[in-house]
Amino acid sequence: MTPTLEVSGLHTHFFTRAGVVKAVDGVDFAIQPGEVMGLVGESGSGKSITGFSIIGLIDDPGRIVSGSIKLKGEELVGAPEDRMRSLRGNRIAMIFQDPMMTLNPVLRVDTQMVEAIRAHRKVSKREALAQCRDTLGMVGIPAPEERLRAYPHQLSGGMRQRVAIAIAFLNEPDVIIADEPTTALDVTIQSQIIFEAQKLCKRTGTSLIWITHDLAVVAGIADDINVMYAGRIVEAGGIDAVIDTPLHPYTVGLLGSVPTSNRRGERLTQIPGMPPNVLNLPEGCTFRERCPRASAECHVEPTIQQPRPGQRVRCFHPHLDEVTV
Amino acid sequence: MTIEHTDTAAHDVAPPIAKVQSPLRRFASEFFESWIARVALFMLLTIIVLALAAPWITPQNPYDLAQVDVMDGRLAPGAEAFAGYTMWLGSDGAGRDLYSAILYGLRISLAVGVASGVIALVIGSLIGLFAAYAGGRTETIIMRLVDLQLSFPAALTALIMVAILGKGIDKIIIALVLVQWAYYARTVRGSALVERRKEYIEAATCLGLSHGRIVMRHIMPNCLAPLIVVGTVQTAHAIALEATLSFLGVGLPQTEPSLGVLIANGYEYMLSGRYWISVFPGVALLLTIVSINLVGDRLRDVLNPRLSK
Repeated sequence: MTPTLEVSGLHTHFFTRAGVVKAVDGVDFAIQPGEVMGLVGESGSGKSITGFSIIGLIDDPGRIVSGSIKLKGEELVGAPEDRMRSLRGNRIAMIFQDPMMTLNPVLRVDTQMVEAIRAHRKVSKREALAQCRDTLGMVGIPAPEERLRAYPHQLSGGMRQRVAIAIAFLNEPDVIIADEPTTALDVTIQSQIIFEAQKLCKRTGTSLIWITHDLAVVAGIADDINVMYAGRIVEAGGIDAVIDTPLHPYTVGLLGSVPTSNRRGERLTQIPGMPPNVLNLPEGCTFRERCPRASAECHVEPTIQQPRPGQRVRCFHPHLDEVTV
Repeated sequence: MTIEHTDTAAHDVAPPIAKVQSPLRRFASEFFESWIARVALFMLLTIIVLALAAPWITPQNPYDLAQVDVMDGRLAPGAEAFAGYTMWLGSDGAGRDLYSAILYGLRISLAVGVASGVIALVIGSLIGLFAAYAGGRTETIIMRLVDLQLSFPAALTALIMVAILGKGIDKIIIALVLVQWAYYARTVRGSALVERRKEYIEAATCLGLSHGRIVMRHIMPNCLAPLIVVGTVQTAHAIALEATLSFLGVGLPQTEPSLGVLIANGYEYMLSGRYWISVFPGVALLLTIVSINLVGDRLRDVLNPRLSK
C-alpha cells in the first residue's frame, strides 16, 4: 500500500543574515491512511517547519533545500504554486495552535466554512451549508445550525477549535497537519478534541500529523511517534514501543521530565543545558553536549539504527536493555 | 478576557451562544455617549438634508440667470427682493439670494467632498492593500511614491492639477483624488501589514484560497475601522480644499457658485461694511467642516481599541 504521505531526506534551511539556520535537517517518515503520527520535540526543534514544508508555505528567507515530500505518490517539493494552492485545504489541511486567532473575527462561521468548500469544489451554497452543518455535528458541536450563524467571538475556545477542526475536515483531505492544536485549551477540552480528531481520522481515512511538545497528548492519540531534536528525527517507532522502551537518551530525558503520580516527591529528571544554537550546530550528534552517554565516537554523525523491529534511533549508544522509565 | 468553557458537557446539552451585543449596536451606543458627537451628527445631518432639499426650500435658483436680478444686488439681510420674497441673509453682488446660494453651494461642496473622498478611498485602499500584500520591492516603490505625494502641500498639488486640467466639477474631483489617495494608501497599508501577519490569514492561506479572496475578504474588512476615520476627516479636508481653490478663482466657475466662490465674491465688499456676502457662506462652510471633523474624532475614539476602556 502506498503511504498517504512520504517524507524523505527533507532539509529546510533559512538563509538569514546571521547565517544558515538548518531548521529541518534530514527528516524521514511515512504515514499510512487513517494513521495518526505524533511529531514531538522542544520549541525550535523544527517540528512546525516540517509541517509548513509539507503544506508548501515556507516564507522567505526559508527554502526546502533538498529532499522529497510525496502525497499519494505525487512529488510536492518544487510543485508549481497553483498546484500547491489547489492541494491546500483540499488534500492537505492544517489546524493551528490558537483557536482565538485562526478564525477571522469579522466573518461568520458559515461564511468561513462555505468559503473553504467552494474554494475547491463547485457546489451550490445550500449544499455547502448542509455539509458544514454535518461536519460541525461530527466534531461534537451541539446545535450546529445556531453555531453556523455565530461570529467567532461568540464561541468559547474549545468551540472555536472544534470549528477549526471541522474546517480542516470539510474537504476530507488525505493529510491534516495539526500544529499544537490543544496546547491553548483546558485539559478537559483537550481530551475531547483529541477524541473527536481520532474518531474522524479512523472514519474518513485521513492521516493526521499531530505536532506537539506534550508527550501525554501524543500517547493518547498517536499510532506512531517521531521525536525531533535540532531539526532531525532522533527516534521513531510505534507509540507503545517508544514510550515504554525509549532508545535515544533524549527521548529518555523527555519521558523522565514528565511528572507522574507514582514518582511523587522524587526529583524529576532534567535534560541539562539548552537546545543548541541553530546557527551553529555541533558537529556529529547534535545532542552530544547534553547527553549523559556521549563519547568520543559521537563527534561523527550517528547513523540510523534499528535495534528492535519497528523502532529506529539515530544514536551510537541507545538504551537497549535498561528499563528507564 | 474570560473564556467560557461551557462545552465541557458538549455532548449532552447545547449551551446557548453567548449573548453579545451586536457590534453595530455597541458601536452606536458608545458613539452617542458624547454629547458633542450627538450635536455634531445632528448638525451634519441637518446640513445634508438642507443641501439635498435646496430646490424645494429656497426662493431662488441661483444658477438660473433668469431668476437672478441685478437690481437685487448687495441687499442687506432681511431686505425684500424685487420678486417679493425676503432675503433673510441678504444678497451678493450679482443679486443672488445668499440663503439660496449657500444651500446650492453646500450641495456642490458636499458632492465634491464625498465624491472625491469615496473615489480616493477606493483607489487609495486598493493601492495600499496591494502594497502590503505584495511586500518587497513593489511595496517600497509604492510607499515612496506615497511619501513623495504627501511631501507636497495638498493645496499646491491641487492648484497645479487644476491649472493643468482646467475648471469644472469633474476636474476638481480628479485633482482632489490625486491629492488624497496617498492618505488612504498609507493608512490601509499600515493596518493591512498588521492583519497580514495574523494567524487567521495564515489559516486562510492554508485553505488554498486565492490571493484576491484573501486580500478582499479577509484582510480588507479588518482594516475598515481606521479607513472610516480617515475617510471622514479627508472628506472634510476635500471640502475645505475645494473652497480654497474656488476662493482663489481656479475652482468652480462663477455661474456655479460653491461656498468658496461666494466667499471670494463677498471679499471685495468686506471693507465697505457688506460683511454678509462673505461671512454667511463662511459660517456655513465652517459648520460643515467642524461637524464632519467632530463626528470623525468621535469615530476615531470609538473605533480605536487602544483608547476604549
